[in-house]
Amino acid sequence: MTRFLIRRVFQGLIVMFLVTLIVYLLFYLGDPHDIARRLAGRQATPDQVQAEYVKLGLNRPLFSQYGHFLWRLLHGDLGANFVNGVKVTTVVKAAAPITLSLGLGASVIWLVLGVSTGIYSSIHPRSVADRTFTALALFFYSIPVFVLGLSLLYLFFYQLTVHGHAWFPASNYVGLTDDPFQWARHLILPWITLALISAAAYTRLSRTSMLEVLGEDYIRTARAKGLSERRVIFRHALRSALTPVVTQFGIDVGVVLGGAILTESVFGLPGLGYEAVHAINDQNLPLIIGIVIIAAGAVILANIVVDMMYAVLDPRVRL
Amino acid sequence: MTQGINDAIGAGDSGQILEVLDPGMPNTKVIEGRSPFALAFDRLRRDRGAMISLYVIIAIIVVAIAAPIFAAVTGHGVDTQYRGLDALSPAGAPHAPSSTFWFGTDDQGRDLLVRTAYGARASLEVGISATALTMIIGVTIGLFAGYYGGWIDILLARLIDVILSVPYLLLAIALVEVLGHISLWIVIAIIAAFGWAGVARIIRGQVISIREREFVEAARSLGSSDMRIIFVDILPNVIAPAIVFSTLLLPASVLTEAALSFLGVGIPPPTPDWGQMISDAQQYYQQAWWYLAAPGVALLLTTLAFNIFGDGVRDAFDPRTDRLFAK
Repeated sequence: MTRFLIRRVFQGLIVMFLVTLIVYLLFYLGDPHDIARRLAGRQATPDQVQAEYVKLGLNRPLFSQYGHFLWRLLHGDLGANFVNGVKVTTVVKAAAPITLSLGLGASVIWLVLGVSTGIYSSIHPRSVADRTFTALALFFYSIPVFVLGLSLLYLFFYQLTVHGHAWFPASNYVGLTDDPFQWARHLILPWITLALISAAAYTRLSRTSMLEVLGEDYIRTARAKGLSERRVIFRHALRSALTPVVTQFGIDVGVVLGGAILTESVFGLPGLGYEAVHAINDQNLPLIIGIVIIAAGAVILANIVVDMMYAVLDPRVRL
Repeated sequence: MTQGINDAIGAGDSGQILEVLDPGMPNTKVIEGRSPFALAFDRLRRDRGAMISLYVIIAIIVVAIAAPIFAAVTGHGVDTQYRGLDALSPAGAPHAPSSTFWFGTDDQGRDLLVRTAYGARASLEVGISATALTMIIGVTIGLFAGYYGGWIDILLARLIDVILSVPYLLLAIALVEVLGHISLWIVIAIIAAFGWAGVARIIRGQVISIREREFVEAARSLGSSDMRIIFVDILPNVIAPAIVFSTLLLPASVLTEAALSFLGVGIPPPTPDWGQMISDAQQYYQQAWWYLAAPGVALLLTTLAFNIFGDGVRDAFDPRTDRLFAK
């Protein structure tokens, strides 16, 4: 286990290093002079532009710049915004809890929703409920995040508010520590949006996986021992049926970050995705690079955790 | 059950009577050799859901091609801003669907029916081209990585890891920013740039097992070049998984294109685009639900039809695996 973990973390670091290299090169292949010119202001003289250029360290060789960037990154420093000089880490610290709240809450909902409907479908295959879940899964799998989000806003924010029930707000974020109730109230529609879209694949995945496991010999053995059906399903079958679900979840961490960009944009939540979109409008490269690197780190970390979950879930897996 | 299958036969096939009532039962009729593709095609034709969605897809393609006809019939230009009271309210708000504007108007008094019809073009053009480009790149790289192995494989496998670990939507919008301008082809290239890794990973896995098979060895002992072995001997064996993967990729590409447009980094206006229209509708959805509904329903219908059809294709090519959705 320890050896596996060390090897896995090492691989993760290599991928992480490649991500920083590629992202950095990609972005600085754009014209750095252009950035200096913009920062120096409209009426700047060529000297002022050149001064700005040197101040940003853009006159040094690319490798030296990258080395400097990497060195600071190792010290937890992602540099400062081009636009207003605010440190990237400050922006990220403010935005990350929002994306985390959105992602964690949504994943709890979609895992519960997806896995429970999947289990129900596998115990009652071809029932009316199974077919309904299938149709719903297909529908939510196909609907774009922003169409679902705006539709929910129309129905549950606008229509309810118009009829005197202002239960759900349209946008904004309230910190969990400030007011837990308001936190949940502001996040419920974004959670449902992100969860419904993602749950679809889990319904199908857990159904397939459960059906397969329920056909195995050890399940027959468990039933033959006289265990209750509940115990057979939840203690014996579910554990190994969850393996592909966990794999999918690891892959989806990256997808959630993508979905979070759209969800945050629809619901006006100032999370990482929202900041990234705004950074692009401001042509704020350090912030974009910072967010991309943090997102990639989250995906790599999630995949390591997922690999370890296999051993916890399925006693047959040896790492 | 029997009724359902007969319906399915009727839907996909003109009058051919099949004696097999249950697809699970062996066919007792004349035994003749059929290629795997013919078998898959046959199974697909008997899949009612897939055939209905195919008709929907054809209808959407027809709408895209015939978009000028919509403009001609309604007499409304795609970018013409109508100012009459039947197009915009005195306050300048979009007008609800009426006999003049069947799908209503947008905030600039443009006909949503005509714009939605034209919007199908961008969606399909990008969706189909991006899928094709992704498949070409992914299959080629997968073939080379799997066939040659060694350091080429190690290098490509790491690159695939890197691409799959970066949230593509984030990097895609960042790339657009670096490039400074956007066009139809840049959107297609960006979708392909992040999509090929998934295809390459699957094809690579297939090739690794195929390259050890006897027919590859036979080709090699006959003196075939590596290129010939890769493209003549191995490629036909990965066509089926490639087709299956592309059916997943197509609706995903359509969604990505719409998402990029929604975030303001898609095909630049004034080209009508569903993602762009939905983004514009964001400010008006409260008073003008039709502004959101016209492009939203069109987009949903497109991805839904492609997903149901793709599910049928997957089932037809590999009946053993469980389908993602139907049945």
